Amino acid sequence: MSLRIVVTVKYVPDATGDRHFAEDLTVDRDDVDGLLSELDEYAVEQALQIADEADDAEITVLTVGPEDAKDALRKALSMGADKAIHVEDDDLHGTDAIGTSLVLAKAIEKAGYDLVISGMASTDGTMGVLPALVAERLGVPQVTLLSEVSVADGVVKGRRDGDTASEQLEASLPAVVSVTDQSGEARYPSFKGIMAAKKKPVQSWDLEDLEIEADEVGLDGSWTTVDSATERPARTAGTIVKDEGEGGKQLAEFLVGQKFI
Amino acid sequence: MAEVLVYVDHVDGAVRKPTLELLTLARRIGDPVAVALGAGAANTAATLAEHGAVKVLTDEAAEYADYLVVPKVDALQAAVEAVSAAGSLAAVLVPSSAEAKEIAARLALRIGSGVITDAVDVEADDKGPVATQSVFAASYSTKTRVSKGTPVITVKPNSAPVEAAPAAGTVEALSVTFSAQATGTKVTGRTPRESTGRPELTEAAIVVSGGRGVNGSENFSIIEALADSLGAAVGASRAAVDAGWYPHTNQVGQTGKSVSPQLYIANGISGAIQHRAGMQTSKTIVAVNKDAEAPIFDLVDYGVVGDLFEVVPQLTEEIKTRKG
Ligand SMILES: Cc1cc2nc3c(=O)[nH]c(=O)nc-3n(C[C@H](O)[C@H](O)[C@H](O)COP(=O)(O)OP(=O)(O)OC[C@H]3O[C@@H](n4cnc5c(N)ncnc54)[C@H](O)[C@@H]3O)c2cc1C
Ligand SMILES: Nc1ncnc2c1ncn2[C@@H]1O[C@H](COP(=O)(O)O)[C@@H](O)[C@H]1O
Repeated sequence: MSLRIVVTVKYVPDATGDRHFAEDLTVDRDDVDGLLSELDEYAVEQALQIADEADDAEITVLTVGPEDAKDALRKALSMGADKAIHVEDDDLHGTDAIGTSLVLAKAIEKAGYDLVISGMASTDGTMGVLPALVAERLGVPQVTLLSEVSVADGVVKGRRDGDTASEQLEASLPAVVSVTDQSGEARYPSFKGIMAAKKKPVQSWDLEDLEIEADEVGLDGSWTTVDSATERPARTAGTIVKDEGEGGKQLAEFLVGQKFI
Repeated sequence: MAEVLVYVDHVDGAVRKPTLELLTLARRIGDPVAVALGAGAANTAATLAEHGAVKVLTDEAAEYADYLVVPKVDALQAAVEAVSAAGSLAAVLVPSSAEAKEIAARLALRIGSGVITDAVDVEADDKGPVATQSVFAASYSTKTRVSKGTPVITVKPNSAPVEAAPAAGTVEALSVTFSAQATGTKVTGRTPRESTGRPELTEAAIVVSGGRGVNGSENFSIIEALADSLGAAVGASRAAVDAGWYPHTNQVGQTGKSVSPQLYIANGISGAIQHRAGMQTSKTIVAVNKDAEAPIFDLVDYGVVGDLFEVVPQLTEEIKTRKG
């Protein structure tokens, strides 16, 4: 029996570029360069490794996002995923985490799945809660924030490094997993992979396909409201000295002045 | 007055500092009712009472340790229902640890409420609590409200002072019926983190970090010596962690810990956006780097352009001398 893996990937503004808000206080996704969230590359990588171990597996990458989000899907396909689903609808603009989890859960159910793999957090929203929300909606175990993961005989096992302890986790499939950037370097797409990706199927679904009403998502369906977004004033230029042999002492002097010593 | 649920982060009954900060914020909105779960939960009551908890709801069932996240969601949901039935619930405040964020999100979904994560401040307003968030690696600050249901807000460490505010802290047993999902993910093993004797990274008033410039695990003793002279926690950049020089638990940045201390000292760290995401809200920032062009210098209150192997030991000596 084939192992059906769905990897959720997000298209995000490039963190090294200039990120900002649009007039309606949503993240500006039109005016900036975007890419596959680096943290989701780790999810694709673990999916590929799990699929390698399984007798027969199929990896679907899923994204919810604007037209350009196809770039993120292409990247994941060129790494080796088999097919892609792009959920796109004008009414999705401004959807919050709770709304996004609804769309992801409906799409995952429609696609069919044994295992969902997500990144630990998106690099723009950085909430790190969607995998938990998707698990809640699907009613399946959440096995999240894993630094190590393996699947065998319908059971997923992994290591979760928490604040106060490192835990070994175990759950039966179907399940929702998320992996951290400690789970193992993601591979680069090969030239062959990039060429092959061009021929892989990318399906497009809209809200109607998922039987979701427009008012359940989008800015109006959002359960949170952003009142304002202000650019933080640049930090005032500090004092910079060149060490001429007394740099440590000068720094100590500064710390005394600030009452840290 | 309305009540505010505060989820208690504790280790065997020892309340972690961010929870006490939550009590300070909760008191701005209403009467804090604390929820403490798992082994030692009842032992949290005295500390919580000292800091303003009018009530402490506890349940010490084994499920909280034996299964991941969901039993705690079930318990918080029971607490929400109990408090709402008896009076009015103004908000649920939860510390921004990785686990507590997951708990908060699932709870919000279940009770039909919006969720805000990683607030750095929470204020009362006629239309309900307003959360301040710091986004895009702290280059923007947003004010956000929950527009549906009871606001569920997770708050980062060091967002408010710990204040003494004695209250009754009456302990009540919370009655929890676990959901079918509660036992879905088994915790089959647990290795507690060994204590280094240094302050917890996210809670520390001072953090001293080392990056690729430290150039080897053996050299981290220089960073540790400076940290110890200041009673500080030790942090590391991802480059230092990936090189295996320091444990991942000490990583500061987007995929490590987010810190907001009074003083942050970056040594041999260039200041990449992902590192800045985890330390940019520090009150005072100091850097030692031999490259005058390193982006970290854009953030500093005080910077020394120089070799950390010269500057840091001299600084440590000077601190020791001055402290006598
Ligand atoms: C998705 C993603 C997530 C990431 N998450 C994180 C994260 O959580 N935390 C994080 O830190 N990074 C993170 N990174 C990595 C980040 O982009 C940088 O690569 C990293 O922060 C660089 O670490 P560094 O400053 O120590 O090393 P470098 O950038 O190599 O800088 C080393 C600095 O040390 C200086 N130096 C060298 N020798 C000396 C000396 N003897 N004395 C003084 N100075 C010296 C150099 O001038 C240089 O400025 C992430 C990257 C990605 C893509
Ligand atoms: N719009 C989206 N489309 C697909 N996957 C997403 C989307 N948003 C978030 N995710 C997934 O959820 C994870 C956590 O995201 P977040 O909770 O936003 O930090 C990401 O690493 C992705 O795997």
